[in-house]
Amino acid sequence: MANPGDIGLWTVPLAVLGGAVRVSTPFLFVSLGECITERSGRINLGLEGTLVMGAMSGYGVSYLTGSPWLGVLAAGVTGSAMGALHAGICGLPRVNDIAVGIALMLFGVGLAFYLGKPLIEPTAPRLPSIDLGWWSDIPQLRAALRINVLFLIGVALAPILVWALRTTRWGLIIRTAGESADAALAMGYSVNFIRLRATMFGGFLAGIGGSFLSLYYPGSWNEGLSSGQGITAVALVIFARWNPMLCLGASILFGGAAALGPALQSVGFSHGYHLFNAAPYILTLLIMIATCSPKRTLIGAPAELSITR
Amino acid sequence: MKADVGASVGAPLAKSGVGARLRLPPFGPKFAGAAEYVVIPALALLASLVLFGVFVGLFGKNPLDLYFYMYQGAFGTWFSWQNTLTRAAPLILTALCTALPAQLGMVIIGGEGALLIGALCATSAALSLQAAPPFVVDLAMACAGMIGGGLWIMLAGALRQYRGVNETISSLLLVYIALAILNFLVEGPMRDPTSLNKPSTPEIGAANMIGSIPGTEVHWGFVFGIVAAILSYILIYHTVFGFAARVAGGNIRAAKVVGLSVSKLILIICFLAGAAAGLAGMMEVAAVQGRANANLAAGYGFAGILVAFLARQNPLAVIPVAVLLGGIGASGGLLQRRLGLPDASVLVLQGMIFVMVLASDSLYGRIGFLKGKAT
Repeated sequence: MANPGDIGLWTVPLAVLGGAVRVSTPFLFVSLGECITERSGRINLGLEGTLVMGAMSGYGVSYLTGSPWLGVLAAGVTGSAMGALHAGICGLPRVNDIAVGIALMLFGVGLAFYLGKPLIEPTAPRLPSIDLGWWSDIPQLRAALRINVLFLIGVALAPILVWALRTTRWGLIIRTAGESADAALAMGYSVNFIRLRATMFGGFLAGIGGSFLSLYYPGSWNEGLSSGQGITAVALVIFARWNPMLCLGASILFGGAAALGPALQSVGFSHGYHLFNAAPYILTLLIMIATCSPKRTLIGAPAELSITR
Repeated sequence: MKADVGASVGAPLAKSGVGARLRLPPFGPKFAGAAEYVVIPALALLASLVLFGVFVGLFGKNPLDLYFYMYQGAFGTWFSWQNTLTRAAPLILTALCTALPAQLGMVIIGGEGALLIGALCATSAALSLQAAPPFVVDLAMACAGMIGGGLWIMLAGALRQYRGVNETISSLLLVYIALAILNFLVEGPMRDPTSLNKPSTPEIGAANMIGSIPGTEVHWGFVFGIVAAILSYILIYHTVFGFAARVAGGNIRAAKVVGLSVSKLILIICFLAGAAAGLAGMMEVAAVQGRANANLAAGYGFAGILVAFLARQNPLAVIPVAVLLGGIGASGGLLQRRLGLPDASVLVLQGMIFVMVLASDSLYGRIGFLKGKAT
């Protein structure tokens, strides 16, 4: 116990582990939400904008009320408002959901920068974390095991969503709308209304993912806060085959990839730092290349989804 | 009687509009109802301007002041016209990066990435050819920029064709990868040691800079943009190749039945699209920045997506729309100074326009007096 801080190269895997838990949370929430939206047969590419709006509104409400949890709630509500906007426009005849997603991505980011201008200076109260590493003497391990509650909620949410999709009435209705709009219509359901609610739910979770960015890690509001986490998470849903449990695994994998750059920097290996920052995007691309196929539709893909045909 | 009933029951259920592919109606006098393609986007634009006025009104600013300063900053004076046209130049080229693949039914949104890669390739070409005469350097820069940008978007097209990877997502991921490469190179191997506060590459040299159109401050990139847009229009609407592309975009099965090589079409169109955005990057280096640094990621690639959609993916309509959007960008500075609006207000307005234009897609064929006789 001469120098508990000196653990040599073990720092890197520990930092990657801790980083994976921290960085994966926004991926996890966005991908779980998008999973539900896509299972209802619609794709929302605007989640990047939703994420940034969530980060901004969560930070603002946390600053104004002093309660970070109210901030998380506000971020979720903002996110579902963005989802409702997406679904409302997509519900009009002959409107393409991919294009609306691109528009809302640009709109959400712009609006968040506009409204968030006064929030760059002040410091808002941050979300607390649970110290699961109290038994250890190694500071790096303790840092890695300091886990945010939102991550645990996300981890719990994944199996719940699997169960809900498989067994509940709502899950069945969502899957029906995603597999065959005609069948849902024949059963007397309004496809647009089902998708509206699924998109609002997806927006709610994406907003919460955004609040994690501004209220926990990195833990401040600025215009460079999100760099493509939203769109990476959308790609991740395809990789995860529209299965919430696989979304969980994929998010942790991506979090680890994103944490690799900072982890290597912490041991003094800073050469090519920016290239390591691109790791999650390159990984996404490689995974999509490996798993997609031009010849068949993907296993598990909702039949109504415009992105898979 | 029974046969009639059977026939109507047996008729295939028409698929409703759910998930319908992007419709790309050609814009031109030859087609009835062309007025719709001018009036409806104009209405959408007007509606978003009103909405933006209400939005800033909520923050206690006078909307009439807003419109006045927007006009002043965009088209009010010769100075603002020049600013507008300078900003329109890259927008025309990045809009082509979305509009050309759209003819094939592809949604490419990675113009920003191709712009950055094009700028980097052009800068590298200029830095390695320091001894050559300026004309040769500029030509090499343009070629390098177009090839770099072209290959970048062609990658997204190839992934779509050969691996079934969605081109919208892959092209956007490539933007972030391009940004990382830019940051890596300008802070690492290509860094000019004297650039302390803002890491940049060495300058390409004053002699190699592309000048302005005589009598103006507008650089030649604007002219190149217009030429590229006209060439794209001719390619798409007046050549066999363009016809083949539009057939493939309309019905890929029909294209395969008549023996078109869809892979070739996708690769060539994506290369041309990326080359346009790469040329925009080269222009930003050779006519504006003089070197490559993080300033290049100014969002021209993303605004170009909006230009393409507002122009309904028509290469000729891209030119006036780019001037309009360039004007909105140019007025941002004046809005900041006179009204104290944040610089992101331009982004908000662009987002509103984009949303409105897409929502207005549902109006086509619905407005009685605009409908053409033939439809």
